[in-house]
Amino acid sequence: MIAISDYLTFSAILFGISIAGIFINRKNLIVLLMCIELMLLAINTNFVVFSRSLIDVSGQIFVFFILTVAAAEAAIGLAILVILFRKLNDINTSEINKLKG
Amino acid sequence: MEILKIIFYTFSLVSILSASQVILSRNPVKSVLSLVLCFFSTAILWMLCECEFLSIVLILVYVGAVMVLFLFVIMMLDVKISFLKEGLVKYLPLGIGVAILFVLGIVYSITYNTIISCKTFSAYPEGYNNVKILGEVLFTEYIYPFEISGIILLVAMIAAISLTFRGTQVRKHQDVTEQIRVKAKERVKLVDIKENE
Repeated sequence: MIAISDYLTFSAILFGISIAGIFINRKNLIVLLMCIELMLLAINTNFVVFSRSLIDVSGQIFVFFILTVAAAEAAIGLAILVILFRKLNDINTSEINKLKG
Repeated sequence: MEILKIIFYTFSLVSILSASQVILSRNPVKSVLSLVLCFFSTAILWMLCECEFLSIVLILVYVGAVMVLFLFVIMMLDVKISFLKEGLVKYLPLGIGVAILFVLGIVYSITYNTIISCKTFSAYPEGYNNVKILGEVLFTEYIYPFEISGIILLVAMIAAISLTFRGTQVRKHQDVTEQIRVKAKERVKLVDIKENE
């Protein structure tokens, strides 16, 4: 069988890639949202693996709720993206500075 | 036993490569498609640790709904993709440095933790049904969080619609009684045109 530490290393690498993505793609709002999805995927992998190793389904229930919240977040984020694009004709994050004090 | 390891390493490699394609790709459509591949291979990894219901839910909900939503939005927005990678070279060392530090820290803590290092999954007890137990726990112990998550989805749906709703549009519609009641005098207007005017 596969060791638990292999799964945990895999999810850590996935999380690290998404952190690097947030640093690299700071101009592109769509890729930022995708990096957040990738982070949630890494966290969900951790939840699933620990739930399986402890034979306790609570972890998998939490994955359900994280999936729900992630779907809601993606829907609202993309709606905000659409109205932002209508207003600014652009999705560059450096253009979003209307609230600058 | 050995074939499971081969499957695990193959699909984790595919997943990691497609995740790096997501963050490095110049075209948003390409990065969404790489994200779909990443979700698929991660779902296979979940299937490998016998959490089959969640892995199918991941494919159905994420690949089927959320990623298609992303694709729709990207294709409708018509974004100019040239400027999007302006800061890439500038921030690449910082991003990779932070990511490597993070991964090394976690891998260190995993390897030196005697509870989880190199331990494999213990087999399920006899007659264990993952989906059945998941359903039982979800609808008894976690029934209130379940209902609240339903309300969260409803709120998200209403919020997304009300954010993007542009108000009622004025439509050109036919009014039949108005059309029948009309007289020829109202439709044709005769105008006298004088010369030299």
